[in-house]
Amino acid sequence: MKILGRIAFYLLVAFIVFYAVFPFYWAIVSSLKTGSALFTADLIPASSTFENYVALFREQPFARNILNSAIVAIVTTAISLGLAATASYALGRMAFRGRTAVSFVILSVSMFPQIAVLTGMFELIQVTGLYDSLSGLILADLILTLPFSTWVLTAFMGDLPRELEEAAIIDGAPPLRILTDVFIPVMAPALVATGLLAFILAWNEFLFALTFTLSEEQRTVPVAIALISGAGGYEIPWGRIMAASVIVTAPLIVLVLALQRRIVSGLTAGAVKG
Amino acid sequence: MRTLAQRRAITAWSFLTPMLVVLALVAGWPLLRTILLGFTDAGLGDFGESQFIGLANYRGLASDPYWWRAVANTLGFTLISVSIETVLGLIIALTLNTHLKARGLVRAAVLIPWAIPTVVSARMWGWMLNDLYGVVNAMLLGLGVIDRPWAWLADPTLSIASVIAVDVWKGTPFMALLSLAALQVLPREIYEAARVDGVSAVKVFFQVTLPLIRPALFVAILFRSLDALRVFDIIYVLTGDNPSTASMSVYARQQLIDFQQGGMGSAAATALFLIVAVFATIVVTAGRLRIGGVVR
Repeated sequence: MKILGRIAFYLLVAFIVFYAVFPFYWAIVSSLKTGSALFTADLIPASSTFENYVALFREQPFARNILNSAIVAIVTTAISLGLAATASYALGRMAFRGRTAVSFVILSVSMFPQIAVLTGMFELIQVTGLYDSLSGLILADLILTLPFSTWVLTAFMGDLPRELEEAAIIDGAPPLRILTDVFIPVMAPALVATGLLAFILAWNEFLFALTFTLSEEQRTVPVAIALISGAGGYEIPWGRIMAASVIVTAPLIVLVLALQRRIVSGLTAGAVKG
Repeated sequence: MRTLAQRRAITAWSFLTPMLVVLALVAGWPLLRTILLGFTDAGLGDFGESQFIGLANYRGLASDPYWWRAVANTLGFTLISVSIETVLGLIIALTLNTHLKARGLVRAAVLIPWAIPTVVSARMWGWMLNDLYGVVNAMLLGLGVIDRPWAWLADPTLSIASVIAVDVWKGTPFMALLSLAALQVLPREIYEAARVDGVSAVKVFFQVTLPLIRPALFVAILFRSLDALRVFDIIYVLTGDNPSTASMSVYARQQLIDFQQGGMGSAAATALFLIVAVFATIVVTAGRLRIGGVVR
Protein backbone atom coordinates (compact mmCIF):
# COMPACT_ATOMS: atom_id res chain seq x y z
CA MET A 1 0.00 0.00 0.00
CA LYS A 2 2.77 2.36 0.95
CA ILE A 3 4.70 1.48 -2.21
CA LEU A 4 1.61 1.97 -4.35
CA GLY A 5 1.17 5.39 -2.79
CA ARG A 6 4.78 6.28 -3.59
CA ILE A 7 4.39 5.14 -7.19
CA ALA A 8 1.17 7.12 -7.57
CA PHE A 9 2.91 10.15 -6.14
CA TYR A 10 5.83 9.92 -8.57
CA LEU A 11 3.44 9.37 -11.45
CA LEU A 12 1.67 12.54 -10.41
CA VAL A 13 4.97 14.45 -10.28
CA ALA A 14 5.98 13.07 -13.68
CA PHE A 15 2.64 14.09 -15.12
CA ILE A 16 2.93 17.63 -13.71
CA VAL A 17 6.38 18.04 -15.26
CA PHE A 18 5.25 16.60 -18.60
CA TYR A 19 2.15 18.82 -18.69
CA ALA A 20 4.15 21.95 -17.87
CA VAL A 21 7.05 21.35 -20.23
CA PHE A 22 5.64 19.49 -23.22
CA PRO A 23 4.04 22.46 -25.09
CA PHE A 24 7.34 24.32 -25.13
CA TYR A 25 9.18 21.17 -26.18
CA TRP A 26 6.69 20.67 -28.97
CA ALA A 27 7.16 24.27 -30.13
CA ILE A 28 10.92 23.68 -30.38
CA VAL A 29 10.44 20.43 -32.27
CA SER A 30 7.92 21.99 -34.66
CA SER A 31 10.13 25.01 -35.30
CA LEU A 32 12.86 22.66 -36.59
CA LYS A 33 10.58 20.91 -39.07
CA THR A 34 9.54 22.13 -42.50
CA GLY A 35 7.43 20.94 -45.39
CA SER A 36 5.48 17.77 -44.85
CA ALA A 37 7.53 16.80 -41.78
CA LEU A 38 5.67 19.53 -39.90
CA PHE A 39 2.41 17.67 -40.37
CA THR A 40 3.61 14.44 -38.80
CA ALA A 41 3.48 13.94 -35.06
CA ASP A 42 7.11 12.76 -34.73
CA LEU A 43 8.23 13.54 -31.20
CA ILE A 44 11.84 13.86 -32.39
CA PRO A 45 12.31 15.48 -35.79
CA ALA A 46 13.78 13.11 -38.40
CA SER A 47 15.94 15.92 -39.76
CA SER A 48 16.36 19.39 -38.28
CA THR A 49 16.53 22.59 -40.22
CA PHE A 50 16.73 26.25 -39.29
CA GLU A 51 14.78 27.30 -42.37
CA ASN A 52 11.91 28.67 -40.29
CA TYR A 53 14.23 30.85 -38.25
CA VAL A 54 15.91 32.25 -41.34
CA ALA A 55 12.58 32.94 -43.04
CA LEU A 56 11.31 34.72 -39.95
CA PHE A 57 14.03 37.34 -40.13
CA ARG A 58 14.23 37.56 -43.91
CA GLU A 59 10.58 37.79 -44.82
CA GLN A 60 9.36 40.10 -42.08
CA PRO A 61 10.86 42.74 -39.77
CA PHE A 62 11.09 40.35 -36.82
CA ALA A 63 14.42 41.75 -35.63
CA ARG A 64 12.80 45.18 -35.62
CA ASN A 65 9.85 43.78 -33.63
CA ILE A 66 12.21 42.38 -31.01
CA LEU A 67 14.01 45.72 -30.77
CA ASN A 68 10.63 47.50 -30.40
CA SER A 69 9.60 45.21 -27.57
CA ALA A 70 12.94 45.68 -25.84
CA ILE A 71 12.76 49.48 -26.09
CA VAL A 72 9.17 49.65 -24.87
CA ALA A 73 9.78 47.24 -21.99
CA ILE A 74 13.06 48.81 -20.84
CA VAL A 75 11.85 52.42 -20.94
CA THR A 76 8.54 51.56 -19.28
CA THR A 77 10.32 49.63 -16.54
CA ALA A 78 12.87 52.41 -15.92
CA ILE A 79 10.18 55.10 -15.62
CA SER A 80 8.06 52.88 -13.39
CA LEU A 81 10.90 51.97 -11.05
CA GLY A 82 11.99 55.59 -10.68
CA LEU A 83 8.51 56.85 -9.87
CA ALA A 84 7.65 53.82 -7.76
CA ALA A 85 10.81 54.00 -5.65
CA THR A 86 10.09 57.57 -4.47
CA ALA A 87 6.39 56.89 -4.02
CA SER A 88 6.98 53.66 -2.09
CA TYR A 89 9.34 55.48 0.26
CA ALA A 90 6.47 57.76 1.24
CA LEU A 91 3.92 54.92 1.38
CA GLY A 92 6.11 52.41 3.16
CA ARG A 93 8.06 54.58 5.60
CA MET A 94 6.07 57.72 6.40
CA ALA A 95 2.92 58.19 8.41
CA PHE A 96 0.63 60.83 6.93
CA ARG A 97 -3.06 61.44 6.41
CA GLY A 98 -4.38 60.02 3.18
CA ARG A 99 -1.92 57.15 3.01
CA THR A 100 -4.67 54.52 3.09
CA ALA A 101 -6.60 56.35 0.39
CA VAL A 102 -3.57 56.55 -1.89
CA SER A 103 -2.81 52.85 -1.31
CA PHE A 104 -6.39 52.02 -2.17
CA VAL A 105 -6.21 54.00 -5.43
CA ILE A 106 -3.00 52.25 -6.47
CA LEU A 107 -4.41 48.85 -5.68
CA SER A 108 -7.61 49.61 -7.60
CA VAL A 109 -5.72 50.75 -10.68
CA SER A 110 -3.64 47.59 -10.67
CA MET A 111 -6.85 45.57 -10.60
CA PHE A 112 -9.00 47.24 -13.17
CA PRO A 113 -9.37 45.87 -16.66
CA GLN A 114 -7.19 47.32 -19.42
CA ILE A 115 -10.18 47.50 -21.73
CA ALA A 116 -11.78 50.08 -19.40
CA VAL A 117 -9.24 52.69 -20.51
CA LEU A 118 -8.96 51.59 -24.15
CA THR A 119 -11.19 54.27 -25.72
CA GLY A 120 -9.83 57.07 -23.54
CA MET A 121 -6.25 55.95 -24.17
CA PHE A 122 -6.93 55.75 -27.90
CA GLU A 123 -8.11 59.35 -27.82
CA LEU A 124 -5.14 60.48 -25.71
CA ILE A 125 -2.69 58.79 -28.04
CA GLN A 126 -4.36 60.25 -31.10
CA VAL A 127 -4.49 63.77 -29.69
CA THR A 128 -0.83 63.69 -28.66
CA GLY A 129 0.15 62.37 -32.09
CA LEU A 130 1.60 59.17 -30.64
CA TYR A 131 -0.52 56.74 -32.68
CA ASP A 132 1.57 53.99 -34.29
CA SER A 133 4.66 54.92 -32.28
CA LEU A 134 6.67 53.28 -29.52
CA SER A 135 6.24 56.34 -27.27
CA GLY A 136 2.49 55.78 -27.35
CA LEU A 137 2.96 52.20 -26.19
CA ILE A 138 5.32 53.27 -23.41
CA LEU A 139 2.74 55.78 -22.20
CA ALA A 140 -0.04 53.19 -22.27
CA ASP A 141 2.00 50.40 -20.65
CA LEU A 142 2.67 52.57 -17.59
CA ILE A 143 -0.85 51.80 -16.45
CA LEU A 144 0.25 48.19 -15.96
CA THR A 145 3.75 48.59 -14.57
CA LEU A 146 3.47 51.70 -12.40
CA PRO A 147 0.83 50.62 -9.87
CA PHE A 148 2.33 47.15 -9.77
CA SER A 149 5.88 48.38 -9.07
CA THR A 150 4.70 50.88 -6.47
CA TRP A 151 2.72 48.23 -4.69
CA VAL A 152 5.44 45.60 -4.57
CA LEU A 153 8.18 48.08 -3.61
CA THR A 154 6.01 49.50 -0.83
CA ALA A 155 5.68 46.00 0.59
CA PHE A 156 9.44 45.49 0.49
CA MET A 157 10.08 48.95 1.92
CA GLY A 158 7.69 48.43 4.82
CA ASP A 159 9.47 45.22 5.84
CA LEU A 160 12.83 46.92 6.41
CA PRO A 161 13.86 47.55 10.04
CA ARG A 162 13.22 50.95 11.57
CA GLU A 163 16.82 51.43 12.76
CA LEU A 164 17.90 51.68 9.15
CA GLU A 165 16.92 55.30 8.69
CA GLU A 166 17.03 56.47 12.30
CA ALA A 167 20.74 57.30 12.30
CA ALA A 168 20.33 59.23 9.07
CA ILE A 169 17.33 61.16 10.41
CA ILE A 170 19.23 62.09 13.57
CA ASP A 171 22.09 63.28 11.39
CA GLY A 172 19.56 65.56 9.74
CA ALA A 173 19.91 64.11 6.24
CA PRO A 174 17.16 65.27 3.85
CA PRO A 175 14.59 62.57 2.89
CA LEU A 176 15.77 62.30 -0.70
CA ARG A 177 19.32 61.60 0.53
CA ILE A 178 17.99 58.96 2.91
CA LEU A 179 16.19 57.30 0.01
CA THR A 180 19.16 57.28 -2.35
CA ASP A 181 21.93 56.58 0.16
CA VAL A 182 20.23 54.32 2.70
CA PHE A 183 17.30 52.58 1.06
CA ILE A 184 18.22 52.14 -2.59
CA PRO A 185 21.37 50.08 -1.80
CA VAL A 186 19.47 47.83 0.62
CA MET A 187 16.59 47.54 -1.85
CA ALA A 188 18.76 46.45 -4.79
CA PRO A 189 17.50 42.84 -4.83
CA ALA A 190 13.91 44.01 -4.49
CA LEU A 191 14.39 46.49 -7.33
CA VAL A 192 15.78 43.74 -9.53
CA ALA A 193 12.84 41.44 -8.80
CA THR A 194 10.26 44.19 -9.28
CA GLY A 195 11.99 45.48 -12.39
CA LEU A 196 12.07 42.03 -13.90
CA LEU A 197 8.35 41.49 -13.28
CA ALA A 198 7.51 44.94 -14.68
CA PHE A 199 9.69 44.19 -17.70
CA ILE A 200 7.80 40.94 -18.29
CA LEU A 201 4.45 42.75 -17.97
CA ALA A 202 5.44 45.30 -20.61
CA TRP A 203 7.17 42.73 -22.85
CA ASN A 204 4.05 40.55 -22.92
CA GLU A 205 1.49 43.35 -23.27
CA PHE A 206 -0.81 42.67 -26.22
CA LEU A 207 -4.07 44.63 -26.21
CA PHE A 208 -2.53 48.14 -26.36
CA ALA A 209 0.20 47.09 -28.78
CA LEU A 210 -2.40 45.54 -31.07
CA THR A 211 -4.71 48.54 -30.93
CA PHE A 212 -2.29 51.47 -30.98
CA THR A 213 0.05 50.37 -33.78
CA LEU A 214 -0.68 49.95 -37.43
CA SER A 215 2.50 49.33 -39.40
CA GLU A 216 4.53 46.15 -39.29
CA GLU A 217 7.62 48.17 -38.34
CA GLN A 218 6.07 49.49 -35.10
CA ARG A 219 4.69 46.18 -33.89
CA THR A 220 5.99 44.56 -30.76
CA VAL A 221 6.80 40.86 -30.62
CA PRO A 222 3.45 39.59 -29.21
CA VAL A 223 1.54 41.41 -31.95
CA ALA A 224 3.93 40.22 -34.63
CA ILE A 225 3.55 36.61 -33.46
CA ALA A 226 -0.22 36.87 -33.17
CA LEU A 227 -0.51 38.27 -36.69
CA ILE A 228 1.92 36.00 -38.58
CA SER A 229 0.00 34.58 -41.50
CA GLY A 230 0.95 32.96 -44.75
CA ALA A 231 1.15 34.55 -48.19
CA GLY A 232 -2.39 35.17 -49.33
CA GLY A 233 -3.54 34.11 -45.89
CA TYR A 234 -4.25 30.53 -46.94
CA GLU A 235 -1.75 28.35 -45.25
CA ILE A 236 -0.75 29.32 -41.74
CA PRO A 237 3.05 29.00 -41.47
CA TRP A 238 3.08 27.09 -38.18
CA GLY A 239 6.79 26.29 -38.40
CA ARG A 240 7.64 29.98 -38.53
CA ILE A 241 5.19 30.84 -35.75
CA MET A 242 6.80 28.22 -33.53
CA ALA A 243 10.28 29.55 -34.39
CA ALA A 244 9.17 33.03 -33.34
CA SER A 245 7.65 31.60 -30.16
CA VAL A 246 10.86 29.84 -29.25
CA ILE A 247 12.97 32.94 -29.89
CA VAL A 248 10.96 35.17 -27.54
CA THR A 249 10.36 32.53 -24.93
CA ALA A 250 13.83 31.05 -24.53
CA PRO A 251 15.45 34.16 -22.97
CA LEU A 252 12.47 34.64 -20.65
CA ILE A 253 12.69 31.05 -19.45
CA VAL A 254 16.43 31.33 -18.85
CA LEU A 255 15.92 34.59 -16.96
CA VAL A 256 13.09 33.21 -14.86
CA LEU A 257 14.93 30.01 -14.02
CA ALA A 258 18.07 31.90 -13.08
CA LEU A 259 16.17 34.28 -10.84
CA GLN A 260 13.55 31.80 -9.55
CA ARG A 261 13.83 32.67 -5.90
CA ARG A 262 13.71 36.40 -6.40
CA ILE A 263 10.70 36.19 -8.65
CA VAL A 264 8.82 34.06 -6.20
CA SER A 265 9.62 36.54 -3.43
CA GLY A 266 8.56 39.43 -5.67
CA LEU A 267 5.28 37.76 -6.52
CA THR A 268 4.44 36.95 -2.96
CA ALA A 269 5.93 39.95 -1.14
CA GLY A 270 3.08 42.34 -1.57
CA ALA A 271 0.45 39.85 -2.48
CA VAL A 272 -0.45 37.76 0.47
CA LYS A 273 -1.00 38.68 4.06
CA GLY A 274 -3.88 36.99 5.78
CA MET B 1 6.62 77.45 12.20
CA ARG B 2 5.28 74.11 10.99
CA THR B 3 4.89 71.13 13.27
CA LEU B 4 6.90 67.99 12.67
CA ALA B 5 3.80 66.11 11.48
CA GLN B 6 3.01 68.81 8.94
CA ARG B 7 6.55 68.80 7.63
CA ARG B 8 6.42 65.05 7.31
CA ALA B 9 3.13 65.18 5.41
CA ILE B 10 4.58 67.72 2.97
CA THR B 11 7.61 65.50 2.37
CA ALA B 12 5.41 62.46 1.88
CA TRP B 13 3.18 64.16 -0.65
CA SER B 14 6.11 65.61 -2.55
CA PHE B 15 7.47 62.07 -2.91
CA LEU B 16 4.09 60.79 -4.06
CA THR B 17 3.15 63.54 -6.46
CA PRO B 18 5.19 62.51 -9.54
CA MET B 19 3.79 58.99 -9.42
CA LEU B 20 0.24 60.22 -8.83
CA VAL B 21 0.42 62.73 -11.69
CA VAL B 22 1.51 60.04 -14.13
CA LEU B 23 -1.13 57.67 -12.80
CA ALA B 24 -3.82 60.31 -13.26
CA LEU B 25 -2.66 60.87 -16.84
CA VAL B 26 -2.45 57.22 -17.93
CA ALA B 27 -5.25 55.74 -15.81
CA GLY B 28 -7.59 58.36 -14.34
CA TRP B 29 -8.12 60.50 -17.41
CA PRO B 30 -8.57 57.67 -19.96
CA LEU B 31 -10.95 55.88 -17.59
CA LEU B 32 -13.02 59.03 -17.14
CA ARG B 33 -13.12 59.66 -20.91
CA THR B 34 -14.14 56.06 -21.61
CA ILE B 35 -17.01 56.30 -19.14
CA LEU B 36 -18.16 59.64 -20.62
CA LEU B 37 -17.86 58.43 -24.23
CA GLY B 38 -20.11 55.52 -23.32
CA PHE B 39 -22.97 58.04 -23.20
CA THR B 40 -22.22 59.42 -26.68
CA ASP B 41 -22.53 58.41 -30.32
CA ALA B 42 -18.73 58.51 -30.77
CA GLY B 43 -17.27 56.59 -33.68
CA LEU B 44 -13.54 56.09 -33.94
CA GLY B 45 -11.34 59.17 -34.10
CA ASP B 46 -14.01 61.90 -33.99
CA PHE B 47 -14.33 61.75 -30.22
CA GLY B 48 -14.41 65.54 -29.85
CA GLU B 49 -17.56 65.94 -31.97
CA SER B 50 -19.55 63.14 -30.39
CA GLN B 51 -23.07 63.92 -29.19
CA PHE B 52 -24.56 62.99 -25.84
CA ILE B 53 -27.19 60.28 -26.38
CA GLY B 54 -27.93 59.22 -22.81
CA LEU B 55 -28.31 55.53 -22.15
CA ALA B 56 -28.88 54.52 -25.78
CA ASN B 57 -25.62 52.54 -25.93
CA TYR B 58 -26.57 50.62 -22.79
CA ARG B 59 -29.99 49.88 -24.24
CA GLY B 60 -28.18 48.69 -27.36
CA LEU B 61 -26.03 46.37 -25.26
CA ALA B 62 -29.04 45.02 -23.38
CA SER B 63 -30.74 44.05 -26.64
CA ASP B 64 -27.66 42.54 -28.28
CA PRO B 65 -27.55 38.75 -27.96
CA TYR B 66 -23.81 38.79 -28.75
CA TRP B 67 -23.19 40.98 -25.71
CA TRP B 68 -25.07 38.56 -23.45
CA ARG B 69 -23.17 35.70 -25.01
CA ALA B 70 -19.93 37.54 -24.20
CA VAL B 71 -21.08 38.08 -20.60
CA ALA B 72 -21.96 34.40 -20.24
CA ASN B 73 -18.66 33.33 -21.84
CA THR B 74 -16.65 35.57 -19.53
CA LEU B 75 -18.41 34.48 -16.34
CA GLY B 76 -18.30 30.80 -17.29
CA PHE B 77 -14.66 31.06 -18.29
CA THR B 78 -13.78 32.78 -15.01
CA LEU B 79 -15.68 30.39 -12.78
CA ILE B 80 -14.46 27.19 -14.39
CA SER B 81 -10.85 28.11 -15.11
CA VAL B 82 -10.21 29.69 -11.70
CA SER B 83 -11.77 26.69 -9.91
CA ILE B 84 -9.62 24.21 -11.82
CA GLU B 85 -6.51 26.36 -11.38
CA THR B 86 -7.10 26.59 -7.62
CA VAL B 87 -7.43 22.83 -7.14
CA LEU B 88 -4.58 22.00 -9.50
CA GLY B 89 -2.39 24.75 -8.05
CA LEU B 90 -2.98 23.39 -4.55
CA ILE B 91 -2.08 19.86 -5.63
CA ILE B 92 1.15 21.10 -7.21
CA ALA B 93 1.96 23.22 -4.17
CA LEU B 94 1.42 20.27 -1.81
CA THR B 95 3.65 18.15 -4.03
CA LEU B 96 6.38 20.79 -3.96
CA ASN B 97 6.06 21.15 -0.19
CA THR B 98 7.14 17.55 0.46
CA HIS B 99 10.69 16.28 0.82
CA LEU B 100 10.82 15.50 -2.86
CA LYS B 101 14.36 15.13 -4.21
CA ALA B 102 13.60 16.59 -7.60
CA ARG B 103 11.83 19.54 -6.00
CA GLY B 104 13.93 22.24 -7.68
CA LEU B 105 13.43 20.60 -11.05
CA VAL B 106 9.66 20.39 -10.62
CA ARG B 107 9.45 24.00 -9.49
CA ALA B 108 11.46 25.10 -12.50
CA ALA B 109 9.20 23.09 -14.81
CA VAL B 110 6.11 24.64 -13.27
CA LEU B 111 7.52 28.14 -13.76
CA ILE B 112 7.81 27.61 -17.53
CA PRO B 113 4.14 28.15 -18.45
CA TRP B 114 4.12 31.22 -16.23
CA ALA B 115 7.17 32.67 -18.03
CA ILE B 116 5.77 32.15 -21.52
CA PRO B 117 3.94 35.22 -22.86
CA THR B 118 0.18 34.69 -23.10
CA VAL B 119 0.12 35.31 -26.82
CA VAL B 120 2.87 32.77 -27.38
CA SER B 121 1.18 30.13 -25.26
CA ALA B 122 -2.05 30.70 -27.16
CA ARG B 123 -0.24 30.14 -30.46
CA MET B 124 1.61 27.06 -29.18
CA TRP B 125 -1.66 25.52 -28.07
CA GLY B 126 -3.39 26.69 -31.23
CA TRP B 127 -0.90 24.57 -33.14
CA MET B 128 -1.15 21.61 -30.74
CA LEU B 129 -4.96 21.72 -30.95
CA ASN B 130 -5.01 22.06 -34.74
CA ASP B 131 -7.78 19.79 -36.02
CA LEU B 132 -5.81 18.30 -38.94
CA TYR B 133 -2.18 18.25 -37.83
CA GLY B 134 -2.32 18.89 -34.07
CA VAL B 135 -0.32 16.68 -31.75
CA VAL B 136 -3.21 16.53 -29.26
CA ASN B 137 -5.44 14.76 -31.76
CA ALA B 138 -2.55 12.51 -32.80
CA MET B 139 -1.90 11.52 -29.18
CA LEU B 140 -5.55 10.93 -28.29
CA LEU B 141 -6.12 8.93 -31.49
CA GLY B 142 -3.02 6.88 -30.72
CA LEU B 143 -4.25 6.16 -27.21
CA GLY B 144 -7.68 5.30 -28.55
CA VAL B 145 -9.41 7.97 -26.47
CA ILE B 146 -11.11 9.44 -29.55
CA ASP B 147 -11.93 7.70 -32.81
CA ARG B 148 -11.71 10.68 -35.14
CA PRO B 149 -9.90 14.04 -34.96
CA TRP B 150 -11.77 16.67 -32.97
CA ALA B 151 -12.03 20.31 -34.09
CA TRP B 152 -10.97 21.68 -30.72
CA LEU B 153 -11.07 25.34 -31.68
CA ALA B 154 -13.57 25.42 -34.56
CA ASP B 155 -16.38 23.38 -33.02
CA PRO B 156 -18.51 25.90 -31.06
CA THR B 157 -19.32 23.35 -28.36
CA LEU B 158 -15.64 22.51 -27.79
CA SER B 159 -13.93 25.84 -28.31
CA ILE B 160 -14.72 27.41 -24.94
CA ALA B 161 -13.48 24.26 -23.19
CA SER B 162 -10.27 24.42 -25.22
CA VAL B 163 -9.78 28.07 -24.30
CA ILE B 164 -10.25 27.17 -20.63
CA ALA B 165 -7.75 24.31 -20.93
CA VAL B 166 -5.11 26.66 -22.31
CA ASP B 167 -5.80 29.21 -19.58
CA VAL B 168 -5.49 26.50 -16.93
CA TRP B 169 -2.07 25.57 -18.29
CA LYS B 170 -0.96 29.19 -18.19
CA GLY B 171 -2.62 30.26 -14.92
CA THR B 172 -2.03 27.29 -12.62
CA PRO B 173 1.64 28.11 -11.86
CA PHE B 174 0.62 31.42 -10.31
CA MET B 175 -1.84 29.66 -8.00
CA ALA B 176 0.74 26.99 -7.21
CA LEU B 177 3.42 29.54 -6.31
CA LEU B 178 1.15 31.59 -4.06
CA SER B 179 -0.22 28.45 -2.39
CA LEU B 180 3.30 27.15 -1.88
CA ALA B 181 4.37 30.42 -0.28
CA ALA B 182 1.45 30.10 2.14
CA LEU B 183 2.24 26.44 2.91
CA GLN B 184 5.88 27.13 3.64
CA VAL B 185 5.18 29.52 6.52
CA LEU B 186 2.94 27.03 8.36
CA PRO B 187 4.50 25.84 11.64
CA ARG B 188 5.92 22.30 11.42
CA GLU B 189 4.89 21.44 15.01
CA ILE B 190 1.22 21.17 14.08
CA TYR B 191 1.97 18.44 11.59
CA GLU B 192 4.19 16.56 13.99
CA ALA B 193 1.46 16.68 16.63
CA ALA B 194 -1.06 15.40 14.08
CA ARG B 195 1.26 12.58 13.05
CA VAL B 196 1.84 11.53 16.62
CA ASP B 197 -1.91 11.43 17.17
CA GLY B 198 -2.28 9.30 14.05
CA VAL B 199 -4.62 11.68 12.19
CA SER B 200 -4.92 10.79 8.50
CA ALA B 201 -3.23 12.98 5.90
CA VAL B 202 -6.52 13.84 4.22
CA LYS B 203 -8.03 14.92 7.51
CA VAL B 204 -4.96 17.02 8.35
CA PHE B 205 -5.27 18.76 5.00
CA PHE B 206 -8.94 19.67 5.35
CA GLN B 207 -8.96 20.48 9.05
CA VAL B 208 -5.55 22.03 9.58
CA THR B 209 -3.84 23.08 6.36
CA LEU B 210 -6.78 24.46 4.42
CA PRO B 211 -8.15 26.73 7.18
CA LEU B 212 -4.66 28.08 7.82
CA ILE B 213 -3.88 28.96 4.21
CA ARG B 214 -7.43 30.09 3.45
CA PRO B 215 -6.69 33.85 3.61
CA ALA B 216 -3.69 33.54 1.29
CA LEU B 217 -5.63 31.29 -1.04
CA PHE B 218 -8.47 33.81 -1.09
CA VAL B 219 -6.17 36.59 -2.25
CA ALA B 220 -4.71 34.38 -4.98
CA ILE B 221 -8.22 33.46 -6.14
CA LEU B 222 -9.21 37.13 -6.17
CA PHE B 223 -6.26 38.04 -8.39
CA ARG B 224 -6.79 35.17 -10.80
CA SER B 225 -10.51 35.96 -11.01
CA LEU B 226 -9.86 39.61 -11.82
CA ASP B 227 -7.42 38.47 -14.49
CA ALA B 228 -9.94 36.02 -15.91
CA LEU B 229 -12.79 38.56 -15.98
CA ARG B 230 -10.76 40.86 -18.24
CA VAL B 231 -9.42 38.03 -20.42
CA PHE B 232 -8.49 39.12 -23.93
CA ASP B 233 -5.18 37.77 -25.26
CA ILE B 234 -5.81 34.03 -25.02
CA ILE B 235 -9.27 34.18 -26.56
CA TYR B 236 -8.39 36.69 -29.27
CA VAL B 237 -5.35 34.73 -30.42
CA LEU B 238 -6.95 31.26 -30.21
CA THR B 239 -10.37 31.95 -31.71
CA GLY B 240 -10.44 35.60 -32.83
CA ASP B 241 -13.74 37.45 -32.59
CA ASN B 242 -15.78 34.25 -32.80
CA PRO B 243 -18.98 34.86 -30.77
CA SER B 244 -18.92 31.35 -29.28
CA THR B 245 -15.83 32.24 -27.26
CA ALA B 246 -15.67 36.07 -27.30
CA SER B 247 -15.23 37.60 -23.83
CA MET B 248 -16.51 41.02 -22.78
CA SER B 249 -13.08 42.51 -23.51
CA VAL B 250 -13.05 40.97 -26.99
CA TYR B 251 -16.58 42.27 -27.61
CA ALA B 252 -15.71 45.80 -26.45
CA ARG B 253 -12.60 46.01 -28.61
CA GLN B 254 -14.47 44.68 -31.63
CA GLN B 255 -17.11 47.39 -31.22
CA LEU B 256 -14.49 50.11 -30.87
CA ILE B 257 -11.99 49.12 -33.57
CA ASP B 258 -13.65 46.79 -36.06
CA PHE B 259 -17.13 48.34 -36.07
CA GLN B 260 -15.83 51.85 -35.25
CA GLN B 261 -18.53 52.22 -32.61
CA GLY B 262 -16.60 54.10 -29.95
CA GLY B 263 -19.72 54.81 -27.90
CA MET B 264 -20.87 51.18 -27.82
CA GLY B 265 -17.35 49.93 -27.17
CA SER B 266 -16.95 52.36 -24.27
CA ALA B 267 -20.30 51.36 -22.80
CA ALA B 268 -19.31 47.68 -22.96
CA ALA B 269 -15.93 48.46 -21.37
CA THR B 270 -17.60 50.48 -18.63
CA ALA B 271 -20.03 47.64 -17.93
CA LEU B 272 -17.09 45.25 -17.53
CA PHE B 273 -15.34 47.77 -15.30
CA LEU B 274 -18.43 47.93 -13.05
CA ILE B 275 -18.70 44.14 -12.88
CA VAL B 276 -15.04 43.87 -11.89
CA ALA B 277 -15.37 46.65 -9.30
CA VAL B 278 -18.45 45.10 -7.70
CA PHE B 279 -16.87 41.66 -7.69
CA ALA B 280 -13.66 42.92 -6.09
CA THR B 281 -15.54 44.86 -3.44
CA ILE B 282 -17.69 41.87 -2.52
CA VAL B 283 -14.74 39.50 -2.28
CA VAL B 284 -12.59 41.91 -0.28
CA THR B 285 -15.33 42.72 2.23
CA ALA B 286 -16.75 39.20 2.46
CA GLY B 287 -13.31 37.68 2.92
CA ARG B 288 -12.32 40.56 5.24
CA LEU B 289 -9.05 40.58 3.39
CA ARG B 290 -6.18 42.73 4.36
CA ILE B 291 -4.34 42.86 1.13
CA GLY B 292 -0.84 43.07 2.40
CA GLY B 293 2.03 45.42 2.08
CA VAL B 294 0.27 48.59 1.20
CA VAL B 295 -2.33 48.49 3.92
CA ARG B 296 -0.49 47.72 7.09
